[in-house]
Amino acid sequence: MSVDTQYYLIVAAILFTVGATGVLVRRNALVMFMCVELMLNAVNLTFVTFARALDDIGGQVFVFFVLVVAAAEVVVGLAIIVAIFRKRQGATADDLNLLKG
Amino acid sequence: MMFLLAQAPISPPPTELPPESIATPNVEFAGIAPEVMLGVAALVIVALLALSQRWPRLSAATFWIALGGVGAATVLLAGAWSDVTTFGAYETLSGMVAVDGFALFLKALVLVATALGLLVAQGYLRREDLDAGAYHALLLLSASGMLMMASANDLIVVFLALEVLSIALYVLAAFHRGKAESEEAGIKYFVLGAFSSAVFLYGVAFVYGATGTTALTGIAQHLATTTLIDNSGLLVGISLLLVGLGFKVAAVPFHMWTPDVYEGAPTPVTAFMAAGAKVAGFAALLRVLQSGLGLYRVDWEPLVFALAAATLVVGSVLAIVQTNVKRMLAYSSISHAGFILVGVQAGTDDGVAASLAYLFAYTFIVLGTFAVVTVLAQRGDTGHELSDYRGLARRQPFVAAAFAFFLLAQAGIPLTSGFVAKLAVFRAGVNDEQYALVILAVLVAVVAAFVYLRLLVVTYLSDEDEPEASTSARVDLASKTALLTCAAFTLAVGVVPNLLLHYADRANLLF
Repeated sequence: MSVDTQYYLIVAAILFTVGATGVLVRRNALVMFMCVELMLNAVNLTFVTFARALDDIGGQVFVFFVLVVAAAEVVVGLAIIVAIFRKRQGATADDLNLLKG
Repeated sequence: MMFLLAQAPISPPPTELPPESIATPNVEFAGIAPEVMLGVAALVIVALLALSQRWPRLSAATFWIALGGVGAATVLLAGAWSDVTTFGAYETLSGMVAVDGFALFLKALVLVATALGLLVAQGYLRREDLDAGAYHALLLLSASGMLMMASANDLIVVFLALEVLSIALYVLAAFHRGKAESEEAGIKYFVLGAFSSAVFLYGVAFVYGATGTTALTGIAQHLATTTLIDNSGLLVGISLLLVGLGFKVAAVPFHMWTPDVYEGAPTPVTAFMAAGAKVAGFAALLRVLQSGLGLYRVDWEPLVFALAAATLVVGSVLAIVQTNVKRMLAYSSISHAGFILVGVQAGTDDGVAASLAYLFAYTFIVLGTFAVVTVLAQRGDTGHELSDYRGLARRQPFVAAAFAFFLLAQAGIPLTSGFVAKLAVFRAGVNDEQYALVILAVLVAVVAAFVYLRLLVVTYLSDEDEPEASTSARVDLASKTALLTCAAFTLAVGVVPNLLLHYADRANLLF
């Protein structure tokens, strides 16, 4: 069975949109963080799809870079989240109201 | 195999090679030496921090190691500059890294920002009792990402450099652990920074899908030789790249994080971030647009036009209504990004040179301004309200004079580098016949001048019967050095503009 390239791209686009909407709409810092990961994985899917379609290894290599960077981001992000919420009760963005952006 | 050998003429003829050997790509280490130098210095500091558990006196050395690392990187950079001026620009690491005048000019700026960021922080770290060694290591790591960004010639390298510089900056923004605002700034910067990186990456994916490569020169070649049947994917990619980089340089409408992060982050970090991250962001923006997507100028120019116009207006109008000095300066740095975007939008060699000149002037002015704000803060990093600056000229005449000078430079008064930079950007815009944008920029410059005058009035002309807001802070030697350096460069370039414009003109992208 073979699936057309564009369907992979559409799935990736949907995933990316879900992730982006989540970051902008959800109030929980951890959930926002997970949504960013979802966006990155949507990008990975896009890269792999294009790499297969173009028959070029570059896109697949790029995915490894993205995975490594995402891991590094997780380390720093979780550290900041833990540092904040050790002092406070919940992990919602509404509690972060000292700076009025 | 034959193809790889053709690139390395020095290696022996193929008959003498054992069949399983692989020719390694030619690496010109001189081109990436400054980045490596900063990384090594950061690692040495981290190692020292581990040892200082046992020998506490070692931790005093981190400042000098960091400063020495920046100095060594500057020497290596000067070597690379003389190479490029004698032998011409070159690419190394399989074309991933470009070593040209453009990269070296911006790298020099980043190193200046790093050195000043180290100096400004000395007094602050002591006053707030923070872990100085960690600060120095993170600052150097972030700076090495910024250096990489300046010469990134491949979208992969742009992304990696962006992350190296950002991840260290997320931690630095949240560095003041005792202060809730700092942690809040850290998480906000982190979430929005990670979001913008993901958007940027999605743009890279689309450009890769449309052109089959992520190398900027490869993209330019592909676009020059092939006519795309359907370029909608590429256009989506270009706009996503612009969104991602727009976040990094704080262009409106992607500026929401800037006031919060600039206000909440420790003031020396704000200074470093405002200068270094903006330089790096514009480095990537200019190189991607000019050298990768130069042929699609007609498509990206309107987008940059809209970004520039919105950034100019929103930045300076919202600066007026702020009552916190750090927030006010954050909005003013947004409006500076708008001026630089005028140069980017011109899209000519002239425009690139003007943007570089503006970035040079901006680096010294913004670091000087935030250095003053750092020096004036009270313990706990407070005292940034406008009312705290009342009667400053009486309490601290010298610091107030420096502050006034930097504010005038931000406003673009003649005899300061701010004037030279604004003039260069306007000239580039006029030469490209972007009259509407230049007129808007001139009007905005007038509005922005009001913001700086308001600060000046508070500093100099306040009622005599105002209670003394606070005790006068002592200015430590490191901050003094930083302030004097910034003021000297701002004045020197203002008086003799050719000191700057000569180098900015020569620092074009070379192919």
